[in-house]
Amino acid sequence: MSSLETPLHRVRGLGASHSGTGHFWRQRVTALALVPLGLWFAFSVLGLVGANEVVALQYLAHPWNAILMAAFVLTLLYHMSLGLQVVVDDYVHGTASKIFLLLLIRFVALATASTSLFALIRISS
Amino acid sequence: MADNPQKPARERPLSPHLSIYRWQVTMLGSITHRATGIALSVGALVLAWWLVAISNGPVGYDGFMRYAASPIGIIVMFGFTWSLAFHLLNGVRHLAWDMGYGFEKHTASRTGALVFAASLVIAVGAFLFAWTGHAGYLA
Repeated sequence: MSSLETPLHRVRGLGASHSGTGHFWRQRVTALALVPLGLWFAFSVLGLVGANEVVALQYLAHPWNAILMAAFVLTLLYHMSLGLQVVVDDYVHGTASKIFLLLLIRFVALATASTSLFALIRISS
Repeated sequence: MADNPQKPARERPLSPHLSIYRWQVTMLGSITHRATGIALSVGALVLAWWLVAISNGPVGYDGFMRYAASPIGIIVMFGFTWSLAFHLLNGVRHLAWDMGYGFEKHTASRTGALVFAASLVIAVGAFLFAWTGHAGYLA
C-alpha cells in the first residue's frame, strides 16, 4: 500500500533501460545544479584568459574556487554519463556493443573525475 | 499464414520518418542539444587536461596553452564556448518544459530560435570580449 510503484512497473521491472524514472530525474537534478555552476565556470575561464600558470593556480587553490570546480566537474561528468547513456540507448541496439559502450562511458567518467580531483588537490596543496 | 516466421506475409507499414518532415527550428534545436552535449563531453576531457596542466606547474601549463592557443585550438575553443552557451540556454528551455511551461507550438518555435540567436551572440561576444583585452580580469 505504501509503494508508489505502478503495477506495470512491478511486473516488468524497470523498463527497457533498466533504470525506470531514476535516470530522468537525475538528469534534471544535475541540469539544475549545472546552471549556476556553469555560469561560475564561464566567469572563471573568461577571467583566466591569457593568465599564466601561477595566476590560474592561485585562483583554483582558493578554497571556494576549488570546491566549486570540484562540484562542477563531478556534476558535469555525472550529467555527461546520463546524457551519453541516452544516446547509446537510442542508437545502439546490439546487447554486447550496448553494454560495452555503457561501461566505457562510466569508466571514462570515473577516470576523468578521479584525475580532475587529484589535480585539484595537488593545486590546493 | 506465412510459413517462415522471419518473413512476414506482406510488408508492414512504417510510421513516417525523418525524411518525410520539413525541417523546423524545434527539430533542429532537439538534435543540436544532443550534438552540443556530445561535444561538451569531449570538452569535459579537455577541462580535466587543463586542470592537470595547471597542477603540473609552468612547463605543463605552457604545453597545454600551445595547443589551446593554436589556430585549431581557438576554433575548438569557440566550438566549446558556443556549445556550452547553447546547451545551457536550451537546457533551461527543457527544464521549463518539464514544469509545463512554453510547450505551445509557437512559443516553442520562438524560444528555439531565440536560443540559437542568443547562444551565437554570447559565444561571439565572449571571444570579442577576450580579443579586445577585457578578459583575464582575475589576473
